[in-house]
Amino acid sequence: MTALDRPVGVVVDGDRDARDARKPRPVRRERGVVNFLSHGFLLLWGALTVLPLLWMLVSSFKTNAEIIADPWGLPGALQFDNWARAWTGAHIGRYFLNSAVVVTGSVALTMLMGATAAYVFARYEFRGRQLAYYLFVGGLMFPVFLALVPLFFVVRSAGLFGTWTGLVLVYAAYSLPFTVFFLTAFFRTLPTSVAEAALVDGCGHFRLFFRVMLPMARPGLISVAIFNFLSHWNQFLLPQVLLQGDESKWMLAQGLAALSISQGYAGDYAQLFAGLTIAVIPVLVVYLIFQRQVQSGLTAGQLK
Amino acid sequence: MKHGKIPLIVTFLVPPLLLYVVFVVSPYLQAFQISTTDWLGYSAEANPVGLANFKALWHDDYVWNALKNNAILLALVPVFTIAFGLFFATMLSMGGRRGRAGVTGVRGGAFYRTVYFFPQVLSVVIIAALWKEAYHPTSGLINGILGTVGVSGPAWLGDPDFAFWCVLAVMVWSNVGFYVVLFGAAMSAIPREIYEAVLLDGASRWATLVRITIPLLWDTVQVAWIYLAVAALDGFILVQLMTNGGPNFSSDVIGVRMYDTAFGSETKFGYASAIGVVMFFLTLSVAVLALRVSRRERIELS
Repeated sequence: MTALDRPVGVVVDGDRDARDARKPRPVRRERGVVNFLSHGFLLLWGALTVLPLLWMLVSSFKTNAEIIADPWGLPGALQFDNWARAWTGAHIGRYFLNSAVVVTGSVALTMLMGATAAYVFARYEFRGRQLAYYLFVGGLMFPVFLALVPLFFVVRSAGLFGTWTGLVLVYAAYSLPFTVFFLTAFFRTLPTSVAEAALVDGCGHFRLFFRVMLPMARPGLISVAIFNFLSHWNQFLLPQVLLQGDESKWMLAQGLAALSISQGYAGDYAQLFAGLTIAVIPVLVVYLIFQRQVQSGLTAGQLK
Repeated sequence: MKHGKIPLIVTFLVPPLLLYVVFVVSPYLQAFQISTTDWLGYSAEANPVGLANFKALWHDDYVWNALKNNAILLALVPVFTIAFGLFFATMLSMGGRRGRAGVTGVRGGAFYRTVYFFPQVLSVVIIAALWKEAYHPTSGLINGILGTVGVSGPAWLGDPDFAFWCVLAVMVWSNVGFYVVLFGAAMSAIPREIYEAVLLDGASRWATLVRITIPLLWDTVQVAWIYLAVAALDGFILVQLMTNGGPNFSSDVIGVRMYDTAFGSETKFGYASAIGVVMFFLTLSVAVLALRVSRRERIELS
């Protein structure tokens, strides 16, 4: 996936003019038409992707009357009040912080558990290794959906129903298959000579892991951590089932879903759009900063 | 690496294994057992009823109706998504085809990829809520655009003839960008010389795509196919939030059936688990089938 670093588009643009000058005219015209067409399609899909999001942003600054009268128009004045209403009135602010707390915990736990298990699978021989490894990786094949009903009862009988702790443990458990799979492959690519040298120098196995192997595995750890962050942050099904009831503990996705449903009755469009925008912005920022890792992490997840 | 490795293996492996077995492995196994009971959830008792739940399923028209919709998703979502994905990925990595200069990407390819990929990082909840508003009959984006050209659009999600197709379109919309990036990454692994040779031989763009690119990308297309097929059998969150299966069950999917059966007005956990088990085998057979049907001889790039 490293090829994504260098988009092929920019490689030869520099000497374009020199080449164009030598070309016979008719070819050029035909090329022009095709290039125009291909750019047309590309722009069209770009617009299709951006337009709904732009519409959401613009609508979050309009009054409800403006949205109903002209869904397509610009706001007369910027209604920052919508954002305040969404943040406090619809408790989006609280859900945002709830999500941040839970996801911080769950990503940390996933990374700790995933990295330690993967390291053992990649670097140590022991009986039952294959079996344990395939038990983990086999989980990649099954959607969470199938386990939903029994999971509800497992969590309830463990006394974790409606708690963040329960959610953190469940998120981590369901992220282990991919995390272990990805990191095992990653630890295997690291050179063994460094680890051997450290052991010869009298470094213990635990210190070897935390002081030598983990720092070496950093690029892989970052990719998986971002992947897990996005999937935990966006998770809806698990909190919907495991965190029913007490609204003050809800995750952001639940709050947005509730806002979307209640909008149907209350008709406060602007509040919903502001709430959605608040939820989109941090994800957009993370995506733009870590774009390369996000794309390679998610596409690697596909090729599991 | 022999001395003192046992303590490390135990402390590193036991906690993850425990967590995984308790919350992942055991629920999957229990699902099969619960599906053979008449359990009504919470405090009620669970009596073994054998395969009665599965017999009832066979005669459940609502389940069949939902399955029909999943079948349509299964037939159309992968085809449209992969076709769009391949098309745009080709445009981006080879659109700028210029005579003797060989084959190059279009200008701004990285920018397009960034934009296209974006729906992939959004929560399905946000996508569902946003499009639900965009489809709104009076204040929505789509009818707003149609209104400016003097067409009064239908009620979209409120119309049984349209609702399901609206959800299908959103499913394709949210997935295409991801496959553009995935196929683009796979395409960049194909040696440029192949394309330059084909170009010298005078092959058209279409012939290049069908005869060269797709065969060379077949492994990736196959993975995409399986993944999209599995996603098409789900579709739960999108449907639940956009239409909740309505109007009049016209956009119902099997996931919504299962969720309503388990966590709706009546908590028929036994029956819901039976639906889950059927979904499990459906997903598995669709994945295996997709793998079989799409099997081709693999082309190794040296």
